Amino acid sequence: MSIRIGVITFPGSLDDRDAQRAVRLADAEPVALWHGSHDLEGVDALVLPGGFSYGDYLRSGAIAALSPIMTEVKDAAAKGLPVLGICNGFQMLVEAHLLPGGLIRNDHQHFVRRDQKLTVENSDTAWTNAFRTGQEIVIPLKNGEGGYIASEETLDRLEGEGLVAFRYAGVNPNGSLRDIAGVTNEAGNVVGLMPHPEHATEPGFGPDTATAMRSGVDGLDFFTSAVAAVARIAA
Amino acid sequence: MPTIVVDVMPKSELLDPQGKAVSGAFARIGVEGFSDVRIGKRFELTVEGEVTDELLAEAKRVAEDVLSNSVIEDVVGIEVVE
Repeated sequence: MSIRIGVITFPGSLDDRDAQRAVRLADAEPVALWHGSHDLEGVDALVLPGGFSYGDYLRSGAIAALSPIMTEVKDAAAKGLPVLGICNGFQMLVEAHLLPGGLIRNDHQHFVRRDQKLTVENSDTAWTNAFRTGQEIVIPLKNGEGGYIASEETLDRLEGEGLVAFRYAGVNPNGSLRDIAGVTNEAGNVVGLMPHPEHATEPGFGPDTATAMRSGVDGLDFFTSAVAAVARIAA
Repeated sequence: MPTIVVDVMPKSELLDPQGKAVSGAFARIGVEGFSDVRIGKRFELTVEGEVTDELLAEAKRVAEDVLSNSVIEDVVGIEVVE
């Protein structure tokens, strides 16, 4: 039986269908979930996709973090269900206090879209176990409010406990403190990042590589990692 | 009708890109005498009837939990305006 990964659609989600496709490309079954429901439909893992939920009103991800389904997301995350927040989904996870820190407008004040190099800092999470620590990957980045911030004390704790999952390499595209692109919780089941792995999962549609244009599929390993993590939990 | 006004500002130690943009515009059009601009948010919570202590406490709670995010912002004022 294939592993079922839920993708929650919020009003203003944009990348939910791409995330579903990425799940399918990782040989898992995507399950479309709705923000207004209280039912996770027994999925094995969850993706909170990118977009501009509620038009980014109040703060990015803030109103979505108060959605009905987030009650169940918080419960499931506490029990160890793998949860990945991408871009707006990452913003929701910090607003829901499932991950530490916050995200503010890019320091240069512009929306940025680029193929972004990242260093994998922690390959021991539910969403990064297919990588090697220190591995460099390239996936697209596209956001206006991607500046990661936290207090010095929190940043020191994140570094000390290995909770920085990804760091920007080459260029820091948005003023994120300590070049942090993504973080994990202590248990390693909840991971959030601003760049978009779901947009680098299929040859012909990913970032350029040294071998061919748009052939980059570094994002696929996020989803195969979750499949492996779920299989390990079940075993 | 009374209104509870809640003011929220980005934390002072953090960069405020919006304020920086306005500050930059001031410099371009020749407005002088202001060394910095910071932009925050004002929320107006309308109350039908009287503002009780309980209601004010509830306003304080939502100001901290919903209207602001303590990681990036501070609630700098809660006042009742008749």
